[in-house]
Amino acid sequence: MNNVTHKKRGLFDHLELDSRLLGMIAAFVILSVGFNIVTDGRFLTPRNIFNLTIQTVSVAIMASGMVFVIVARHIDLSVGALLATCSAIMAMMQTQILPDMFGLGLNHPATWILTIIVGLFAGTAIGAFHGWMVGYLTIPAFIVTLGGFLVWRNVAWYLTDGQTIGPLDSTFMMFGGVNGTLGTIWSTIIGGCAAVLAVYGLWNGRRAKVSHNFPVKPLWAECVLAIGVSTLIMGFVWILNSYTIPARKLKRMFEALGQEMPEGLVVGYGLPISVLILIGTAVVMTVVAKRTRFGRYIYATGGNPDAAELSGINTRALTVKIFALMGFLCALSAVVASARLANHSNDMGTLDELRVIAAAVIGGTALSGGIGTIYGAILGALIMQALQSGMAMVGVDAPFQNIVVGSVLVLAVLTDILYRKRTGSA
Amino acid sequence: MSTPLVEMRGISIAFGGVKAVDDVSVDLYPGEVVGLLGHNGAGKSTLIKILSGAYAKDSGEVLVNGQQVTIHNPRDARSHNIETIYQTLALADNLDAASNLFLGRELVTKSGLLDEAAMEAECRKIMGRLNPNFTKFSDPVSALSGGQRQSVAIARAVYFNAKILIMDEPTAALGPHETQMVAGLIQQLKEQGIGIFLIDHDVHAVMELCDRASVMKNGKLVGTVNISDVTDDDLLSMIILGKNPTQKTQ
Repeated sequence: MNNVTHKKRGLFDHLELDSRLLGMIAAFVILSVGFNIVTDGRFLTPRNIFNLTIQTVSVAIMASGMVFVIVARHIDLSVGALLATCSAIMAMMQTQILPDMFGLGLNHPATWILTIIVGLFAGTAIGAFHGWMVGYLTIPAFIVTLGGFLVWRNVAWYLTDGQTIGPLDSTFMMFGGVNGTLGTIWSTIIGGCAAVLAVYGLWNGRRAKVSHNFPVKPLWAECVLAIGVSTLIMGFVWILNSYTIPARKLKRMFEALGQEMPEGLVVGYGLPISVLILIGTAVVMTVVAKRTRFGRYIYATGGNPDAAELSGINTRALTVKIFALMGFLCALSAVVASARLANHSNDMGTLDELRVIAAAVIGGTALSGGIGTIYGAILGALIMQALQSGMAMVGVDAPFQNIVVGSVLVLAVLTDILYRKRTGSA
Repeated sequence: MSTPLVEMRGISIAFGGVKAVDDVSVDLYPGEVVGLLGHNGAGKSTLIKILSGAYAKDSGEVLVNGQQVTIHNPRDARSHNIETIYQTLALADNLDAASNLFLGRELVTKSGLLDEAAMEAECRKIMGRLNPNFTKFSDPVSALSGGQRQSVAIARAVYFNAKILIMDEPTAALGPHETQMVAGLIQQLKEQGIGIFLIDHDVHAVMELCDRASVMKNGKLVGTVNISDVTDDDLLSMIILGKNPTQKTQ
């Protein structure tokens, strides 16, 4: 073990950070700073960062599920269509079914929760159905979800007669982003708690290693990591807190409450609930991937399906669970996406399947299976969104925007292949 | 003699009309290595996959310690302390040694999450015994050499108190030094009273490592002989011609 520690020299080696993650962060920083220079500082404003974050949420939530699907050597082409169906079901639920059949009007306190429960259930059930066809009927996932792509897109159409359904329940719309933020005080508290938890996690991991006499990184490296992580969390919260609610909107909010707005009052938005949902999803999915049998079996199956089978893993049931989870996350994304738009529209989630797959792949998920991380996929989604909205801000013509995004996807995968060849990892 | 660890009686299995294994009986005693010999397609791997739970037999019976058992899947086989080291090793290349060692039988903490630290500690313990030169505990097994991968596969079989060990051409992909290591290991396991089925088509390896040998040809058992009673040539003629030398002399 000693010769191993001797070999490590550079700063990053001591920190034991994934070099691919560092590369992606570097790409994101260069991209952001570049756009910021070209737009004379309009890109890296609290307002734009706030918007960028809430625009990323929907795709990023689904991308975290797509990582599991791709790691297990499957694919899901139906996520955008499934999102549309879930969104349509939830829109009909809150505007027609609950008011007409149960007498619960829009904005009734039970409406939003019943709606979301039904939506999540529908998404999970449809996903499980896909998984059953893939796992037990052994139809390739490509075909099942290509069929699903057409079916669910048009089920959504049929359910709503192709109409835009709105306005939605006001509590429901709080999950969309700008209409539901925690305010500066709660955001700071939550940020603080998250930072403390992260540092505790690092400390706990080190303690477990020490108790088994495993090699650990130097204490200073651990401290640098702890400080870095907490700075990142608090910095993010600080930026979101600095985006203040426009004075006119604030005045209207006070008028709605029948109060006079105090002179010179400034209120920050803080963390949007939707971003909190994404962060929660990311944490849970990472724990599932790294610390549960379910996650371990997904990676083992992706690495060697025969070995997984011979180890007594029920790979068929596993497939059902993976797709059910994907369906659940599509429904969760549908909540965020329709709440953000404040209505359900017929073209909801169009092309999302491609954005989601691209986010996972840019984030380092290998289509050959067995390899992929949740944080990578979310960072991938963020990079794609930054690219798209940065180009829009610079004024790049729409066709060129898509040409660039498509090329970046291919280049990212090429970089990944070259990187893997160089480092010799599979 | 005592009760055999395993008795497979009159085993048959057919794939689409082809009888891959036809009425074959073999047995295995504690602390014994029985070689299964035959050409490619003789049915030896198929026979052994019935014991390890990968295939379901059409007819015949399997007895473990004199008790009739039913083995439907690898999990059943493992519950009877039957462990298999496949020729392909059946390792998930993207996972590290500890994850492979415990695949399907992970250690968990009280909260139900994987106990990585405990698994790595156990992995270090057993690898220290089997292959003291092994140090790559945090690398995926794809980064390991053939011998190292083999020792991970062997560790996985012996860690869980195997009584009956099936080894499918354990030395096929190894260099001379690593082959020696596996031979030493087989000796070590024998002394612990573990019974081993060794599938091979290298007659010399079988002569060196085994106590008895069962030879198969075209899905049928040619015969079972004591290694001390036969020569290399006798075994070869059994494999190639399907003639049983003991029948010849009697």
